[in-house]
Amino acid sequence: SLSFKMERKTIDLDQGWDYMQTGITKLKRILEGLPEPQFDSEQYMMLYTTIYNMCTQKPPHDYSQQLYDKYREAFEEYIHSTVLPALREKHDEYMLRELVKRWSNHKVMVRWLSRFFYYLDRYFIARRSLPPLNEVGLTCFRDLVYNELHSKVKDAVIALVDKEREGEQIDRALLKNVLDIYVEIGMGQMERYEEDFESFMLLDSASYYSRKASSWIQEDSCPDYMLKSEECLKKERERVAHYLHSSSEPKLVEKVQHELLVVYANQLLEKEHSGCRALLRDDKVDDLSRMYRLYHKIVKGLEPVANIFKQHVTAEGNALVQQAEDTATNHAANTASVQEQVLIRKVIELHDKYMVYVVECFQNHTLFHKALKEAFEIFCNKTVAGSSSAELLATFCDNILKKGGSEKLSDEAIEDTLEKVVKLLAYISDKDLFAEFYRKKLARRLLFDRSANDDHERSILTKLKQQCGGQFTSKMEGMVTDLTLARENQNSFEEYLGNNPAANPGIDLTVTVLTTGFWPSYKSFDINLPAEMVKCVEVFKGFYETKTKHRKLTWIYSLGTCHLNGKFDTKPIELVVSTYQAAVLLLFNTTDKLSYTDILTQLNLSHEDLVRLLHSLSCARYKILLKEPSTKTVSQSDSFEFNSKFTDRMRRIKIPLPPVDERKKVVEDVDKDRRYAIDAAIVRIMKSRKVLGHQQLVSECVEQLSRMFKPDIKAIKKRMEDLITRDYLERDKENPNMFRYLA
Amino acid sequence: MRRSSAASKKKSDSITSSTTDLFRSGPSKATSKEMDRIDHLFNQYANTSSNLIDPEGIEELCSNLQVPHTDIRILMLAWKMKAEKQGYFTQEEWRRGLKALRADTLSKLKKALPELEKEVRRQSNFADFYAYAFRYCLTEEKQKSIDIETICQLLDIVMGSTFRAQVDYFVEYLKIQNDYKVINMDQWMGFYRFCNEISFPEMTEYNPELAWPLVLDSFVEWISEKQA
Repeated sequence: SLSFKMERKTIDLDQGWDYMQTGITKLKRILEGLPEPQFDSEQYMMLYTTIYNMCTQKPPHDYSQQLYDKYREAFEEYIHSTVLPALREKHDEYMLRELVKRWSNHKVMVRWLSRFFYYLDRYFIARRSLPPLNEVGLTCFRDLVYNELHSKVKDAVIALVDKEREGEQIDRALLKNVLDIYVEIGMGQMERYEEDFESFMLLDSASYYSRKASSWIQEDSCPDYMLKSEECLKKERERVAHYLHSSSEPKLVEKVQHELLVVYANQLLEKEHSGCRALLRDDKVDDLSRMYRLYHKIVKGLEPVANIFKQHVTAEGNALVQQAEDTATNHAANTASVQEQVLIRKVIELHDKYMVYVVECFQNHTLFHKALKEAFEIFCNKTVAGSSSAELLATFCDNILKKGGSEKLSDEAIEDTLEKVVKLLAYISDKDLFAEFYRKKLARRLLFDRSANDDHERSILTKLKQQCGGQFTSKMEGMVTDLTLARENQNSFEEYLGNNPAANPGIDLTVTVLTTGFWPSYKSFDINLPAEMVKCVEVFKGFYETKTKHRKLTWIYSLGTCHLNGKFDTKPIELVVSTYQAAVLLLFNTTDKLSYTDILTQLNLSHEDLVRLLHSLSCARYKILLKEPSTKTVSQSDSFEFNSKFTDRMRRIKIPLPPVDERKKVVEDVDKDRRYAIDAAIVRIMKSRKVLGHQQLVSECVEQLSRMFKPDIKAIKKRMEDLITRDYLERDKENPNMFRYLA
Repeated sequence: MRRSSAASKKKSDSITSSTTDLFRSGPSKATSKEMDRIDHLFNQYANTSSNLIDPEGIEELCSNLQVPHTDIRILMLAWKMKAEKQGYFTQEEWRRGLKALRADTLSKLKKALPELEKEVRRQSNFADFYAYAFRYCLTEEKQKSIDIETICQLLDIVMGSTFRAQVDYFVEYLKIQNDYKVINMDQWMGFYRFCNEISFPEMTEYNPELAWPLVLDSFVEWISEKQA
């Protein structure tokens, strides 16, 4: 056998360290930039092996601990002798450059020495739980160099930053390198960067912008100030990109925003001639967009802007309403109603205009949608010259939908307008009032064949249904359907007459049967109809009973139309009149002259109605009857005579009856419906909750009814009291503010 | 006309044993002699044909007690008796009341009145008495409300001495307003709560958003307008 013994000579510590020193010295010379060739692999191996041997020798010659210490001391020595002196003699930018150089060198030194001493890393440090060589090296620099200089360095950096802010060119790469030191020296943590540099930088930036802001806010207009702010923020972001650590961005931006935009928000937005209000007034869309962009990123920053927006729109709306109100009081009645129509148009335009703002300037932000909505809700519920907005809107629709309406528009324009009107309805709280006015006017259009276009009629009902639900439009739809059915029914009636010639009344008769629930309620009087008409009624009744037996027909003569042939001296003229007017005129077929009282008795009408009728026939444009005395108004002592001398160039004339003011009745009907609605809501709520506090009941009631109207709190209370009397509810015995449902 | 048929029979029967049987279970045991005197007193004022003390009888009683006919103490007496019909006392009610008051003679009854008043005015009893006063005025079968004029009188009697100002103002208001022709129990009790809970005439605690009856909301509004 071959015994193989490797004899290693024991290296003595001093001896070994002397050898290592040569390597260290060489390294230093390289770092100092002195002429020195690089380490070759043999040198490297030798150095490495020396360490290896000294660590693996048997005790007492295993020098791991000593070598570990000497490793650290090598750095300390170098730093004290060379690095620190070099740094201490320099200042400002020069110091920064030196520091960058020295740090770079140090890293190289650590890299090389730790390679030489690598064996320590493998076993020794783990066994003794000591910091690894890399860390030891960096810690030396931190403790000896960084700790002494970081404050000075920070000041120098900040000075350069401020110089750049003032417009001077600086060496950005240098700053980046310097700040990288702060990061790296943290050895995985950002603490050093944050505490030793960033916090100071942020304070400095804040005070820099605070100074700037305080002078700009005095001198600059709002748009200019915003432009500057935008520019500053842009520059600061660039700064971060170029040399600050990325984590500084949000903090720096926040500080800048705070000083420029938050601190002076009020002064900026409220600037008298250039602030938010003025920008809105002058339609400065770009500036407003900028304002949005700037304040969007600030917590609650948009609220004051939205508020000013809301106030502005409200003021504009109120001005329109006031204008209409003023015009109405200064002019005669009929031009006033035209003004009201103009108002609706203008409100629509206002809405279109500011919706564009909401969508474009304010990027569809909910805060601005809300502001617009609330603004419109304020002025859209104001009364103009005694008409509620609900009525105005209904009249506006009527004008668009009726024949010969005030608006001459293309189909597309009509569709568009109807769409917008329905949208406006959302802002009106008395939707049920609108529905009732609309229904009344729809009835008139349908019954007197004044509807311009069936498609438009149906189209708006569809839109209303979409916006307000099926219940809102169900009656109206029923009305439209009734008309269609009525036409069919008329055909059957004519067929019936054809088959029963004896039943024929001898007068062309068209009857429209309405389903009671759908149509507005109409008063029907027991007017004494002329015999011819009575026959018509009988005949139709006969026909109707062949179709259905279980329905009751109630005749609404006030809605009828009659075509009479007036046999005047000059020429016959066809008169298109209401049934009531016809009834009056037909009396003169048998008698030439009749007193007011005669007519009253014969027809069995009220004074109010009769005066209206006689006025339309004797004191208005077409004088079919001669009144004695020929004063301008009808009085109960007058007498009337057929005016055979009457003539007109037309062959057929319409003699209109002035429309009865339906407003009062509509309001009454709606109030009545509201009482039922409130009752129903209260009962519904109490039935499900059984016991409920007063305020909660009221608020739930309001909420349930809000889709159709805003109930008066007093009205709710009154209904509650009524329900108590009717034993639906009772007050709790212990707590007078609580109510119980009585089953 | 409410009187128990048992009581009416009792008049002709010998009073002693059966009446004591009837009343022995009561909280204040009347002796048979006391009950005799109570019945005797009853008969002095009762209408012999109806066997009730009717309005005439009550008037006489009042004059004998030297208490005005419209005095609150008569109402309190009615309350004590749990009398059901205004203007009439049945024998049962009479017995109930006088037995409770331990009054079997007219002078004892007269002396008992101040004590009765004290008892009624105790907070724990007054609310009950107040409600009773309302019910007492409901004369018709299904009646639930009382006309304004009667209410005004009733308020004066029942609350006049303790809440003079509130009663005067409220009565004035009720007379000039047009919204209400009658007052129901809920509104009646509301006024009681109003007097007890709301300082007058400041009325700072009054909140119309709470469940106060609407008539009181309007009343408070009317006063505020008057004061303005």
